[in-house]
Amino acid sequence: MKKASVLMIIGSFLLMGLFAFPLWNIMLGAPQYPDPLGMDIYIDGIKGVEEFDIQNIDGLNHYIGMKTIPKPEEMWEFTTFPYVIGGMVFLGVMVGLMGYFEKLSYKGFIAWFVIMSVLGLLGMYDFNAWMIDYGTNLDPHAIMKISNPDGTPMTYKPPLFGNQKMLNFDVTSLPSIGAYMMFAGMSLTLGASYMGWKSKGTKVKQQLKKAVAA
Amino acid sequence: MKKYTYLVLGLLGFAALLNSCGNGNQGKSSSGALNSSNAEKVYVAPGEHDEFYAFMSGGYSGNLTVYGLPSGRMFKEIPVFSQFPTSGYGYSEETKPMLNTSHGFVPWDDSHHPDISQTNGELDGRWIFINGNNTPRIARISLSTFETEEIIEVPNSAGNHSSSFVTENTEYVVAGTRFSVPIPQRDMPINQYKGNFQGSLSFISVDPEHGHMDIKFQIIMPGFNYDLSHPGRGKSHGWFFFTTYNTEEASTLQEVNSSQNDKDFIAAINWKKVEEYVNNGGGTKMPANYAHNVYDESTHTATTTMKKEVVTVNPLDVPGAVFFLPTPKSPHGCDVDPTGQYIIGNGKLSADLTIHSFDNMIAAIEGKKFDGEAYGIPILKFEDVLAGTVKSGGLGPLHTEFDGKGNAYTTFFISSEVVKWKLGTWEVIDRKPTYYSVGHLMIPGGNSRKPFGKYVVALNKITKDRYLPVGPEMEHSAQIYDISGDKMELLYDFPTHGEPHYAAGIPAELLAPKSKKFYKLADNKHPYATLGAADAKVERDGKDVHIYMSTIRSHFTPDNIEGVKVGDKVYFHITNQEQDFDVPHGFAVIGANNSELLIMPGQTKTLVWEPKQVGVWPFYCTDFCSALHQEMQGYIRVSPANSNLELSWSLGD
Ligand SMILES: [Cu+2]
Repeated sequence: MKKASVLMIIGSFLLMGLFAFPLWNIMLGAPQYPDPLGMDIYIDGIKGVEEFDIQNIDGLNHYIGMKTIPKPEEMWEFTTFPYVIGGMVFLGVMVGLMGYFEKLSYKGFIAWFVIMSVLGLLGMYDFNAWMIDYGTNLDPHAIMKISNPDGTPMTYKPPLFGNQKMLNFDVTSLPSIGAYMMFAGMSLTLGASYMGWKSKGTKVKQQLKKAVAA
Repeated sequence: MKKYTYLVLGLLGFAALLNSCGNGNQGKSSSGALNSSNAEKVYVAPGEHDEFYAFMSGGYSGNLTVYGLPSGRMFKEIPVFSQFPTSGYGYSEETKPMLNTSHGFVPWDDSHHPDISQTNGELDGRWIFINGNNTPRIARISLSTFETEEIIEVPNSAGNHSSSFVTENTEYVVAGTRFSVPIPQRDMPINQYKGNFQGSLSFISVDPEHGHMDIKFQIIMPGFNYDLSHPGRGKSHGWFFFTTYNTEEASTLQEVNSSQNDKDFIAAINWKKVEEYVNNGGGTKMPANYAHNVYDESTHTATTTMKKEVVTVNPLDVPGAVFFLPTPKSPHGCDVDPTGQYIIGNGKLSADLTIHSFDNMIAAIEGKKFDGEAYGIPILKFEDVLAGTVKSGGLGPLHTEFDGKGNAYTTFFISSEVVKWKLGTWEVIDRKPTYYSVGHLMIPGGNSRKPFGKYVVALNKITKDRYLPVGPEMEHSAQIYDISGDKMELLYDFPTHGEPHYAAGIPAELLAPKSKKFYKLADNKHPYATLGAADAKVERDGKDVHIYMSTIRSHFTPDNIEGVKVGDKVYFHITNQEQDFDVPHGFAVIGANNSELLIMPGQTKTLVWEPKQVGVWPFYCTDFCSALHQEMQGYIRVSPANSNLELSWSLGD
C-alpha cells in the first residue's frame, strides 16, 4: 500500500502540469499561412502559439462574424478551473498521504479517480459547448455569410478532437502537454488503486497463511 | 543476422524518405551519372527557396535590387539614394531627411558597389553598404529589414567610385574619389588642375554594434583619379589598394590625354598606420559641411545632422603608410585574392592582367627599393612587386573574382567574355562569351576570405537581342554560370533593373532566418503613432492639421474627417495595426503632390497633403490587403479658408 500511495501522490502532482502547460491546442493552417496560426488553451485562458496569433485569428474571424477569442475575464471557466484543478491535486495528495499512513484504503484512490473523470468529462462537455456557441452564434451583420450546399448557414465549430477542413483552413485540434500530463497522472492514480487492491489481497492471503500455520 | 538486415533496410528507407521530402535542393544538384540539363540547375520549384541572395546595385536607378540565385527571380527593390513612390521613401516626412546633403535635397544618385559586412574576413550578413557615385555618399542597409538605415555624405570627394568596400572586420568602409577636385573647394581655373587638384580617400568607421558610420580620416592624395579599390585580407589585412588613372593629371580630353603614361599606379595604403597616427592626435581638422542621415527603427523616422569638420591626413606626414605600385595601361579593377597575397590590376586598355605580390611589396618596402616618387610618395619598382602576368588574349580586362579554390575569373569588356585562370601559374583554363559587354562579375562572398564558388554572375551592360525587344532601351542583363566544374557553363540569363553595376551575394541560410517579419506596435516610438484605433484623432495647430489615423483590414480609423480648410497643411500620420508577416496597407489621397505610402505592419508613416480646392475628397488603401480592400476608403471634407467649421472625425455613426 505504501508504494501505491506514493504513486497516487505522484499522479495527483502531475496535474500541476496544467498550470504551466496548455491543455489543448488548435492549429489553423492555410496556403497563405505557411506558418499556421494557433491557439493554446490553458485552464486560465487562451494564448496564441506565436505572440500575435490571437489578434490575427480574430482579424480573420470577423469576416464571418465570429466573436473574438475570449479574454480570461470573459469566461467563468478560466477563473474556476484553476481552483478545481488545485483542489483535486490537494485532494489527491491528501488521499495518497492517508493511504500511506494506512488511514484510508485503495477505495479512496478509486473515488478520487472517479471524481476526476467526471470533472474531466464535464470539462470536455463545457469546452465543446463553448466551441459550438463560438462557431455558430455568429454576428448577423457579418461581412460574409456562407451557406452549406443545403442552404443552411455554415457554422465554424472547430473539431473537439482531430482534423477538419473549414473554408480554406485546415483546423487541427489535439490535446497538449498539460492534458498528457493529466492523462499520465490519472493513469498513475488508477494504477495506484490497482496496486492498493492487489496489496490488500496479498495482505489478506499472508494473514490467512499465518493463521493456517499457527 | 536477418534482423540486422531489416534494420539496415529500415535505415536506408528512412534516409530515402528524408531525402525525398526534406531537402528542396534534391534534383537540382547535378549528379555525375545523370547529366542534368542547365534548366534543372536554375529551376527552383514553386514554393521552394533559392540558395543565395544576390544584391545588385541599380546603377543609375540609385537603388539596390535583391535577387535569388540560381533562379534570377527578383524579390525586392530597396530604395537607397532615389525617391521611390512605390513605398513613399524620400516622399514621406520620415524618410525625406535620408536624402539631405550639403547641396540640399538630392533625390537621386548613381549606386555602384554593394558590399556585405564581414567578421574575421567572412560575410556576417548584418549590413550591406553601397556608394552614391554622383553626390558622394555611402549608405548602410539593414539585412534584417532590408531598408536603408543610414547615409553619410563624403566631403572633399567627387565621383565616389572606389567605394564601398569593407575591411576584414568592417572596421572601415572606404570612399575613394574618382575625380580629383580643389580641396577645399574654391573658384579656380580648370586648366590649373595639375598640382592643384587633389584626391581624397575617406576611411569611414563603422560602429560594430549599431553600424553607425563616421568619417574617421581622409587621406589627401595627389590629383589622380582613384578608380576602384579593395581591402587587404589575411596577411594583407590593414592595407587597402586603389587603382588610379590619369596620373598624367590632364584636365581636358582625358580619353586621350590621360592614356599617355604606359603605367599608372595602384596606391597601397597601410590604413592601420594612418589610424594609429590619427588616434595619437595626428591629422588636420579641416572645416567641412556634410550630412549624416540616420533612420531610427523605433521611431520609424530619419534625422539629419550637418557635420562641420573632417580630419585630413597628408600622406607625407605618415612615413611608411602610402606607396605606389606601377601598373600598366590605366588599370580599372583592383581585386585582392582570398588569401590576401595577390593584388590584381586590370589594365583596361591592355590584353594582359598584372598581378602584384603582397610579400614582394613588403620586401621591396623593407629594402627601400624605390623607383622615384610622385609628390613625395615612394614608387616601388614594377619588377620588384610583380608576381606574374596573365597573357589572356582578351581585350579590356576589368574585374576579377575568386572561387576560393585557387582560380580567378576576369571579365573582358571589349571582347565580352569571362576568362578563368589559375592563381600562381597564371595560365588560362577556360573562357566563355558573355552577352554582351560585361562589366563586373560576382561570386557570392567575392570580397571576403571565403568565397562561395558555385556560381559566377556576369553583369552585362548591353542587352540587344537577348529578350523580346521593347523599343530602343532594354533593361540590362545578368548571366549566371555554373563554376563548380573545370569549365564554366552558362546556365541562364535574366534582365535586371537599372544598371546592375556590381553585386554582392550571400548564402540564403545566413540571412533568411533573421529577416524581420513585421514591426512590433509595442516598440513603435513614432511621436505621431496611433497605437490603437481608440487613439485615433485629429488636431489643429494653426494651419497644420495632424491626423492620427490607424489602419487594419479593412478600414481606416477615422474614415470621415471634416473641418479642414483650403490653405491648411494636412499631415496624415498613419499607423498600421497589423502584426502579421507581409500585410502592409497603402494610403493615397487625391491630388497629393508627392506619392502614396506603403505602411508595414506596426509602422507609422506620414504624408503631407495641401488641399487647394474646396470639396469632399476621397482617400483609399492602395495595397490589395484583403477581400474588402476595395471598401478600405474614407473622405476628407475641405471647406473654404474662411470657414468656421470645427474639426470633427468619425468611424461608424
Ligand atoms: Cu488595406
